Amino acid sequence: MATEQSPKVSTPRDIRKEERAQRKAQRQGADAAPERKLEQVIIIGGGIAGMEATKQLLSLGYRPVLVEKEDHLGGHVASWNRLFPDMGDAQAIISTLREEIMDATIYLSTEISFCNRLRDGYNVMLSNGVNVLARAILMSTGFTLFPAAKKEEYGYGVYDRVITNADLENWFNGGDDHRIPSSPKAVGFVHCVGSRDLKAGNPQCSKVCCITAIKQAIEVKEKFPEAEVYCFYMDLRLFGKKYEDFYIRAQRDFGIHFIRGRVSEVSETINGSVQVKAEDTLSGRPIKVVLDMLVLMAGIVNNPDNAGIAKQLSLETDTDGFLRSADNILSITESPRKGIFLAGACTGAKTVPETVAEARSAALSIHNYLKNLQ
Amino acid sequence: MNFGFSLSPSSAVNLDKIDLSLYHKMEEIEPDVRICIGCGSCSATCTGQPFSGMSLRKVILAIQRGRENEAREMLSGCMLCGKCTMVCPRGINTRHLILSMCRYWDGEDHGYNLMNEVEVKI
Ligand SMILES: Cc1cc2nc3c(=O)[nH]c(=O)nc-3n(C[C@H](O)[C@H](O)[C@H](O)COP(=O)(O)OP(=O)(O)OC[C@H]3O[C@@H](n4cnc5c(N)ncnc54)[C@H](O)[C@@H]3O)c2cc1C
Ligand code: SF4
Ligand code: SF4
Ligand code: SF4
Repeated sequence: MATEQSPKVSTPRDIRKEERAQRKAQRQGADAAPERKLEQVIIIGGGIAGMEATKQLLSLGYRPVLVEKEDHLGGHVASWNRLFPDMGDAQAIISTLREEIMDATIYLSTEISFCNRLRDGYNVMLSNGVNVLARAILMSTGFTLFPAAKKEEYGYGVYDRVITNADLENWFNGGDDHRIPSSPKAVGFVHCVGSRDLKAGNPQCSKVCCITAIKQAIEVKEKFPEAEVYCFYMDLRLFGKKYEDFYIRAQRDFGIHFIRGRVSEVSETINGSVQVKAEDTLSGRPIKVVLDMLVLMAGIVNNPDNAGIAKQLSLETDTDGFLRSADNILSITESPRKGIFLAGACTGAKTVPETVAEARSAALSIHNYLKNLQ
Repeated sequence: MNFGFSLSPSSAVNLDKIDLSLYHKMEEIEPDVRICIGCGSCSATCTGQPFSGMSLRKVILAIQRGRENEAREMLSGCMLCGKCTMVCPRGINTRHLILSMCRYWDGEDHGYNLMNEVEVKI
């Protein structure tokens, strides 16, 4: 993916310059009224959650300081192509948001070095040497994709025709991928890779991968109309708005075959294709098929960075491994710690609209919290 | 991956080798068969089920897996009462599907008879 420039990145030098100018103006009793100093809020993680919260905090009159460890904003969504349920353009969503937060202070390629608690706030030292004082912090550090190679029986990284959901999105975005054949005759999707799998260390359902598999199966069928496309599922969990319509379309308009049974093993054939085995649980018979491409629906797992940050901020981890909210019904966006808020996939698998809604809710919670402190 | 032992080949379904021409015929007759979700409502409500083990869910699946004989044998237990059509959540016109399949087979003159046709003849 092309590296993007953050719209307005304040370097430590800029900030020092700004502060010097302010002090000078104060000393001289400048006739122009000094600009009202806006209250800073630190946002850790510039994915869709962090960006949306930044936008809301700007419009509520704060000075958000957005810290992103990668060299670009957008998080995972920046790597996706078209989004369910309406096949919206992921890149367009990110660039619109990016424009809307031009006025925020954004540090790219930056992480938290350490933070300590002050009497009514936090002192956060960033890896670029900038020190930020704030009374509220928003954690929007998101998730990581389950490393598919861990499920050795599926052969990711070993067999040439096995890719992941993320690899496929990258290819839809125009990325090169030698593993994707030019005219596949049969393509398979494996649901629940690293999800609902106690042995893989993640008993949770990742929630978005059933619908992603169906979306991607349709997209593959659109690109390769001659290919037979199979989805191997344990359950189809299609909870969201219009998701069932996707399923019906996949069956009716694209003839995608849904086979209820978890793929048990994948092996390479002599000509480099892969053979998968499963049980066709609806008929109680073993089933096998040779595929020219196999897509693993890698699940959503906790971002390992969260453990380190959580320790410094005395946050807790919930029993599912994600960050723990103050309450999982009424206060998802509040942490049990005063002044620390949570939004997006750092508390569990979320869709984009859910993430955006949480980011807005978190911004409002922060606003109310700060207002009540005064 | 090869664990060094394999499953008995007799009952296995090999999707590369199965003949789907009958399924494609079925899709032509009643395209909605594609949206069957295998929920089993049709089988649970089936009038023929207690007598013959008839299960439309299994008939559809058997045809999708290229097991025509199994499907035909089972379908002979249908009485065309139409209860399955009333309960199908995907709104598949199951009775029409069954009837058309039987007519299709009859046309091929495989000596196939529906249970109710047999009754009429008696
Ligand atoms: C294959 C796939 C396809 C999907 N497709 C869709 C779809 O079509 N529609 C839909 O609604 N949802 C989709 N989703 C879900 C969507 O990706 C999530 O809802 C969304 O990414 C959550 O956003 P987030 O900002 O919470 O987390 P992320 O996207 O994970 O962003 C987190 C950000 O925080 C940064 N970060 C992490 N740790 C640190 C740190 N220590 N310091 C600083 N920064 C840090 C990361 O670099 C990243 O930029 C899909 C998910 C998957 C897996
Ligand atoms: S959403 Fe579907 S594929 Fe993903 S973990 Fe849940 S059941 Fe499995
Ligand atoms: S029409 Fe046939 S399959 Fe349907 S409920 Fe009646 S007997 Fe069963
Ligand atoms: S009731 Fe309808 S959807 Fe359910 S198994 Fe029967 S035909 Fe399929």
